[in-house]
Amino acid sequence: MWTSILIAVAVLLALAVIFGGLLGFAAERFKVEGNPLIQQIDSLLPQTQCGQCGFPGCRPYAESIANGDAINRCPPGGETTIKALADLLDIEPLPLDAEHGVEQEKRVAVIREDECIGCTKCIQACPVDAILGAAKQMHTVIESECTGCDLCVDPCPVDCIDMVTLQPDIRAWTWTPPKPTIIATDRTPPERTGVSA
Amino acid sequence: MTEYLLILVSTILVNNFVLVQFLGLCPFMGVSGKLETAMGMSLATTFVLTLASVCSYLAYTYLLEPLDLAFLKTITFILVIAVVVQFTEMVVRKTSPLLYRVLGIFLPLITTNCAVLGVALLNLNKNNNFVESVLYGFGAAAGFSLVLVLFAAMRERIAVADVPVAFQGAAIGMVTAGLMSLAFMGFTGLVNV
Repeated sequence: MWTSILIAVAVLLALAVIFGGLLGFAAERFKVEGNPLIQQIDSLLPQTQCGQCGFPGCRPYAESIANGDAINRCPPGGETTIKALADLLDIEPLPLDAEHGVEQEKRVAVIREDECIGCTKCIQACPVDAILGAAKQMHTVIESECTGCDLCVDPCPVDCIDMVTLQPDIRAWTWTPPKPTIIATDRTPPERTGVSA
Repeated sequence: MTEYLLILVSTILVNNFVLVQFLGLCPFMGVSGKLETAMGMSLATTFVLTLASVCSYLAYTYLLEPLDLAFLKTITFILVIAVVVQFTEMVVRKTSPLLYRVLGIFLPLITTNCAVLGVALLNLNKNNNFVESVLYGFGAAAGFSLVLVLFAAMRERIAVADVPVAFQGAAIGMVTAGLMSLAFMGFTGLVNV
């Protein structure tokens, strides 16, 4: 009688210890560094670091989205980014929040170089270090690095920075997408009027 | 070979765990709102059910039976299932953080999915051997996945349909589940295992 109870307890204890060890090993083996969702969201944002969303950069905004913030605050990314985010997070895409700016063609800053006085103010403002130059020397923008965030325009004391719209070339051009209501089941359901027949 | 095929047909269609034996109804109603979530849940449950079926068979045959401890089977099976679910949760969290977020509370709740314990106990009742246990567990999970995905697809359609006000939401879901169950009862007599 007592032996069978002892055996039962011992077996259960042994099982629990073995399983505990397995789980401990698995916890170490499949450890998750940080929050991988934030990285996935961050990689979808345009990395302009422009701060139009109200956050200091793309990464802080990604963290905020992961915590449930709205996905429609990124004007540089525009509709494409919102759709990609909605896809990733499995939620409904929203129209761009006009409070944070409107979607524009891809633009780059260009410095009119003969007017530049070399004050370095635009260099300090640039979030992606795309402006080259030194004090009292002429500055210039590295076009391939410029994200078109506008942040250098305001600090310039002589207003020699222009935002130039990039002409869509063969790599950037996209076909205008069709209206989303083209498929019957995607249309909004008929209005309900009180008691249906 | 035919027996194995019959076990699969039997668990998937004839004795479907959800619609005929009414096990695992909680995730069936809970996670069927969206097709993608339903598929994720199906995969997780398939993995857990098959693995739990194998592990509980091994634990019973090589540990409990030789030591004459058959009365410990329920608590042992629950222990096994809890461990398998925990393990799955870790793997899902590592491999697909989004699925982890979408499944949310339903992932740990696989522990309390009665289909999982049901399979382990039914394996004993039917005196299934090792291969049969694997197939029985896998078939149960495949049946669960099948009806869960079908049901989720239907609910997505129902969400945009013009449903009478009194039937909207959970009510029409229950009615649909009942009709699906009736349809699956039609498979009775197809095979006899």
